[in-house]
Amino acid sequence: MLRYLLGRMLLMVPLLLGITLISFVVIHLAPGEPTDLQTQLNPQASAELQERLRAQYGLDQPLYVQYGRWLGRLARFDFGDSFAQDNRPVGDKIVERLPITILINVLSITAILAVAIPIGILSATRRNSLFDRLTTIFVFVGFATPSFWLALLLMDLLGMRLGLFPIVGIKSLGFDYLSWYGKLWDVIHHLILPVLVSAFGGLAGFSRYMRSNMLEVIRQDYILTARAKGLSERAVIYRHALRNALLPVITILGLSVPGLIGGSVIFETIFAIPGMGKLFYDGVMMRDYPLIMGILVIGAVLTLVGNLIADMSYALADPRIRNS
Amino acid sequence: MRILLILLILLCCGCQKQEVVMPDDNSTAAPAYGDTFIEASIGEPSNLLPVLASDSASSDINGLVYNGLIRYNKDLILEGELAESWEISEDNLTITFHLRKGVLWHDGVPFTSADVLFTYNVYIDPKTPTAYAESYKQVARAEAPDLYTFRVTYDKPYAPALGSWGVSIMPKHLLEHTEITKSPLSRMPVGTGPFRFVEWKPGETLVLESNPDYFEGQPYIRRVLYRIIPDLSTQFLELQSGGLDFMGLTPIQYQTQTDTLAFKRRFEKYRYLAFGYTYLGYNLNRPLFQDKRVRQAIAHAIDKQEIIDGVLLGLGQVATGPYKPDTWVYNPDVRRYPHDAAKAKALFAEAGWRDSDGDGILDKDGQKFSFTIVTNQGNDLRVKSGEIIQRRLQEVGIEVKLRVIEWASFLKEFINPGNFEATILAWSGSPEPDQYDIWHSSKTGPRELNFIRFKNPEVDELLEKGRRTFDQQERKACYDRFQAILAEEQPYTFLYVSEALPVVARRFRGVEAAPAGIRYNFIKWYVPEKEQKYQR
Repeated sequence: MLRYLLGRMLLMVPLLLGITLISFVVIHLAPGEPTDLQTQLNPQASAELQERLRAQYGLDQPLYVQYGRWLGRLARFDFGDSFAQDNRPVGDKIVERLPITILINVLSITAILAVAIPIGILSATRRNSLFDRLTTIFVFVGFATPSFWLALLLMDLLGMRLGLFPIVGIKSLGFDYLSWYGKLWDVIHHLILPVLVSAFGGLAGFSRYMRSNMLEVIRQDYILTARAKGLSERAVIYRHALRNALLPVITILGLSVPGLIGGSVIFETIFAIPGMGKLFYDGVMMRDYPLIMGILVIGAVLTLVGNLIADMSYALADPRIRNS
Repeated sequence: MRILLILLILLCCGCQKQEVVMPDDNSTAAPAYGDTFIEASIGEPSNLLPVLASDSASSDINGLVYNGLIRYNKDLILEGELAESWEISEDNLTITFHLRKGVLWHDGVPFTSADVLFTYNVYIDPKTPTAYAESYKQVARAEAPDLYTFRVTYDKPYAPALGSWGVSIMPKHLLEHTEITKSPLSRMPVGTGPFRFVEWKPGETLVLESNPDYFEGQPYIRRVLYRIIPDLSTQFLELQSGGLDFMGLTPIQYQTQTDTLAFKRRFEKYRYLAFGYTYLGYNLNRPLFQDKRVRQAIAHAIDKQEIIDGVLLGLGQVATGPYKPDTWVYNPDVRRYPHDAAKAKALFAEAGWRDSDGDGILDKDGQKFSFTIVTNQGNDLRVKSGEIIQRRLQEVGIEVKLRVIEWASFLKEFINPGNFEATILAWSGSPEPDQYDIWHSSKTGPRELNFIRFKNPEVDELLEKGRRTFDQQERKACYDRFQAILAEEQPYTFLYVSEALPVVARRFRGVEAAPAGIRYNFIKWYVPEKEQKYQR
């Protein structure tokens, strides 16, 4: 087991290098450079100045030199300084936005699981019933609804007209003057709408997975055996079928680990949440190479680790795989 | 469903109704100190060190924290700020600024001419990554003969120089021994201006507080709070729910979504002409556009008012040249091109373009009159203008295709190499009328701004004379003629000047729209004591 783990981890190093190399080349292929934002169509910027700025950012060097320098810094866990005008370390900019992004994603995945798993089970066991059809419609409406549209409607109705929820951000303006439970409630109050909207769109995927896994399992011989033994339907479904149907969910959870640091630009823009999605989008728009690379590297590492965790925990949960 | 209802009821109890103060009609209520002014910014400010900042969020904040030597007043005329007065030598080569005495930096250190000299040196330092150094590089000699005098000498007379000293002056004592890009001042600025920096929570809010020692008197408003809200629809919802006191509206919000009684009771809407104009520019290297009559005919075929009504919902004015109609330099007596399809067709015929094969499209020597307009993605107004132009030109027998391209590729593949036929773009303007970089024939190189390749010896001469002349009357004569030539030649079809559409919460008094906008007298805005909303 340990050897397997070590082997897998060793394999991740060349994989990661490959990913960074490809990403690095691809983002440099996009037309435009970080200095363009300041110098293009700007009467004050001379050609000589453009060259000077490029040299300051190291953009005058050949691509392999730039990549080498970047890799050298990365080996010392330094993502470099952002090319944006604030010139701050990329690490700081990312760390600043991680907590809120992870919090929202964890909450929303929890909400999705909490709703989608029961829906999946019930619609599988009552296949083609009215409940099955209604929830199918419900989750697909959620899947098909553009999140920005839903968000704006909810903000308008619940936020503005009814005044039930705050509209923007994650804290009220007077946050600093609140007691600790006031602060806690304030943040929860602000998070309800964003989490609701982001979870609504994810229901369909999970509940359909759950439903089809469950249908698959119910057809198996051991379920027939369990029923033949005379177990109650409840015991058959929740003790025997459910545990087996949940196995693939582990894989999906593992694959959603990199999603924890990802965020949706549209969504964060509308709710004015300072998250990773907006950071990455702005980085791409102004061709802030160190920032883009920093986020991509973290994403790549999390993807690889997530895969590994999924495989490992699958083995832990399923004796058939563990023993083979 | 029942659970959801209970949840909603619970949530209801958790939130307090915000008290909305209804201002009485007594607008003469006395000025009082206090209250907070809350506005939103689409983007996070990038850098609060003026020399390194070029985004609008940073400039807005720096405008309150820092001062320049001079500034434009409400009528866009230069007046002293940190300089009490200035004089220009007989030969127009030397400007001497006499600085105010007793001005303090926010940390209590006195402001002197050494700070001005230092700011100048930072701008011209090759190690400073700024795109705004050009005007300071024209300076041959800068000196500070005593604590309150600053003098600059130029090699040749350079009129835009004066306006360039509106630049934010930075504190020497806090910056001189640090690397400029690593200075802590880029996150917590220290200036001489009416507001002091208090706190910045990245991605959320930025707070400024009034400066009790400000040399023009302490501002009435005690705090200014910037909230970062990247989406305009969200900003608008937040404005209506009382979380913002100021916002720039879109034309559709201004015309159709703010006409309710409830909105008018709480907010005052303003409108004034914004600097800048949108145009249709022709690549003059292409044979298609080399005949002046063709360009004039297209100008007659386009209905500019229709574009303003359709795209800006009427909130704009027809542009006739590169200057804003309410500035001193604007020349109203230039050739205009009212919408007139018959006249357009006559001009085309004169230039040899006729529909000889009856397919509805003009042709000449077997070649069809067909061209492509390129514009950049992300600006809906330009795309819509393009569609309206497309339809009008089709009526006079021209086939127009419209291509919309992402900004970076747009510049790199089309504009910079001159690889386009016509383009819809806009220039932002300023009170300084110098247009040398956009229209002079020496500026037609790669990546330079005269990318339509306009070359006119008389215009060259006028632009050179204009930037060498300090006397406003004489300057105006140059630029009047310059505008007349552009209107006649039509290298661009000037389309429209749009309006800025700000709203301000009604409890703020003393707001007056002027050619400079509404923010020029911000330190004199106040909220009468009874109506103040935020106590801390």
